[in-house]
Amino acid sequence: MGKAVLVIKGGEVLDETGRRRADVAIGAEGDVVGVGADLDGNRVIDAGGCLVTPGLVDLHTHLRQPGREEAETVESGSRAAALGGYTAVVAMPNTEPAIDCASVVREVIELGAKALCDVTPAGAITRGRAGVELAPMAEMAALGVHLFTDDGAGVQDARLMRRAMEYATSLGVTLGQHCEDESLAAGGHMHEGEWSSRLGIPGIPALAEELMVWRDIALSRLTGAPVHFLHLSTAGSIELVRAAKAEGLAVTAEATPHHFTLTHAEVVGYDPLFKVNPPLRSVEDVVAVKAGLADGTIDAIATDHAPHAQETKEAPFDEAPPGMVGLETALALATTELGLPVEAVLTLLSWRPARIAGLAAEHGGPVAVGRPANLCVIDPTATWVVDPATSASRSRNNPFAGRTLTGRVRHTMLRGEPVVLDGEAQR
Amino acid sequence: MRHLLSIADLDVDVIEQVMTLTDSFVEVGERRIPKVPTLRGRTVVSLFYEESTRTRLSFETAAKRLSADVMTFSVGSSSVKKGESLRDTVQTIEAMGVDAIVVRHGSAGVPRQVANWVEAGGVRVINAGDGAHEHPTQALLDCYTLRERLGSLRGMRIAIVGDVKHSRVARSNIAAFTVLGAHVTLVAPPTLLPESLVGWPVEVSHDLDAELPKVDAVYLLRMQQERQTEALVPSLREYTACYGLTARRAELMADGAVILHPGPMNRGVEIAAEVAECPSSVITRQVANGVAVRMAVLFLLLAAEGGDVADE
Ligand SMILES: [Zn+2]
Repeated sequence: MGKAVLVIKGGEVLDETGRRRADVAIGAEGDVVGVGADLDGNRVIDAGGCLVTPGLVDLHTHLRQPGREEAETVESGSRAAALGGYTAVVAMPNTEPAIDCASVVREVIELGAKALCDVTPAGAITRGRAGVELAPMAEMAALGVHLFTDDGAGVQDARLMRRAMEYATSLGVTLGQHCEDESLAAGGHMHEGEWSSRLGIPGIPALAEELMVWRDIALSRLTGAPVHFLHLSTAGSIELVRAAKAEGLAVTAEATPHHFTLTHAEVVGYDPLFKVNPPLRSVEDVVAVKAGLADGTIDAIATDHAPHAQETKEAPFDEAPPGMVGLETALALATTELGLPVEAVLTLLSWRPARIAGLAAEHGGPVAVGRPANLCVIDPTATWVVDPATSASRSRNNPFAGRTLTGRVRHTMLRGEPVVLDGEAQR
Repeated sequence: MRHLLSIADLDVDVIEQVMTLTDSFVEVGERRIPKVPTLRGRTVVSLFYEESTRTRLSFETAAKRLSADVMTFSVGSSSVKKGESLRDTVQTIEAMGVDAIVVRHGSAGVPRQVANWVEAGGVRVINAGDGAHEHPTQALLDCYTLRERLGSLRGMRIAIVGDVKHSRVARSNIAAFTVLGAHVTLVAPPTLLPESLVGWPVEVSHDLDAELPKVDAVYLLRMQQERQTEALVPSLREYTACYGLTARRAELMADGAVILHPGPMNRGVEIAAEVAECPSSVITRQVANGVAVRMAVLFLLLAAEGGDVADE
């Protein structure tokens, strides 16, 4: 065993190979140098009663930098991520300017180098996310970009999406789609149904999502390109993905914590905190999202952490921007609300998303000697109350304020550095 | 009642109370000097983000007849600064020490949001129309007008015709008419109905000719030109042919049945000019009753418990 500078002691290691009682020793290079009983090191971090797991990986984080630094920065967002147990996040490209070329990719990578978790940018599929012409995907892929998406909008033009998928197959990258047919969704601000009709708010039909899921499954079948469906929210979408997987197509999918916990009935008070895209759906949809997470149809939980400055959410419902923060609550919402064993929850939050993001060499892998010590120490029995005022995010648009959750991140290690200790960010 | 945001919040007793109070204020309105000192020293602000001279004047007249001071904020004027957020504007108004804010906004839910923001301060909020959500005082004055002509609404059959999907008047009236015991049928093409009618105590018809002989009242909604460009109807001409209350169709109505419209009317579209003027039409009564109903609402929200309506 190499020399340990730090030992995580007294916990139970949980990774995709199983669970066992073991201490984890970390060397000076930030690698795991030992996993076993009674390890010693210069510094001991207590993990008594806790699970020591690979760090979480978020496939869908809006860090808002460059362009919207009043809402979030790479630094503040990464601090929120670390507090939530994440060691890597995929930064969505709907920044200003969009991450649609090498120079903006480099800018975000440089900002991420100083962050409290690894920040890997997603690139836009089309220039300026305008949905008209392809962005230079190869030049971004050369810098390590693995996931491409116009998130915030779906690529509307089927021919352009087909070309993007064909092109992607030569680069070994994955296209992520925000599935929303704009001709059906335009003007809508919440899920179309009982509540939109009653509240007089124009609706976004489930079909707006499902049409594009169907189309992109067909395009994946045609081109052979892998496609990742962002934030699936409807029972119909999940059924389509289930069938595509049964057929053996290269499709993956994610769902957000708010889509397995909240319904469109939350909009009854017209609070724009509950405005999000895709919108909060029906009870049946929530049930379908949970079932999809349980049976593996949905591969990953992704936060769609979407910070917005306070004043933008203190506007009329139809004028407020969609989105809610989620990095600090995702794990606890999953452990509290899904009714799944903790192994299954971590599968959804760590190792599967790490693979989809192309980050499996560094993140999500087994807690084993030689691997980078990107780890999360979770107290599975700790109960806490969500308080947006204490968030590390620059924004406070948290719809879970006041909710009591069970399961809390105690420590987070980024390449051996304790970036979070006992629930406190260390820098 | 703290605020008046939605008819859906009201029970039958509150509506009955408004009706009874309205009787007294109709009487006040008939006096030589139609004014009572009930709200002397109180300030009512009208905050209109959507131009609606008729509704604003109706509220302001009601407040003045109760001797309240009236302030007007309207988007057209400089008093609502361009770019100032809704919340900042509301806070500014609240800081002036007002007693009630009458809000009209193009977005559904704004009066509810305003009520939440002023919750600590004791300011009362009245919804004067919010997007496609509700227009509660319109529904109250419609109920009052119907009762003048029909007596109780219990068991009455009322057809609401036209663009229910976009209509705050329809949402408030469906709630008010049904809570008072009337049967409501919505008559419209499917494109002008809400996508979901789950939980709505209504029947639906696409055949106005078949409904008219059965109803005690027909309520025509305003049909807007934009609905054609949104592909909700092929043309206003076709809409009128299928759903307009033409003179021929008005003949189908039973004796004593009445015609209502919230105004402003598109004569020749949802209602023929001569039908609007016919004896069955109570459209001018609706306008006249608007002031008394709004006096009743202001009285309920602002006057001290047990205050006498018509003192002096
Ligand atoms: Zn999205």
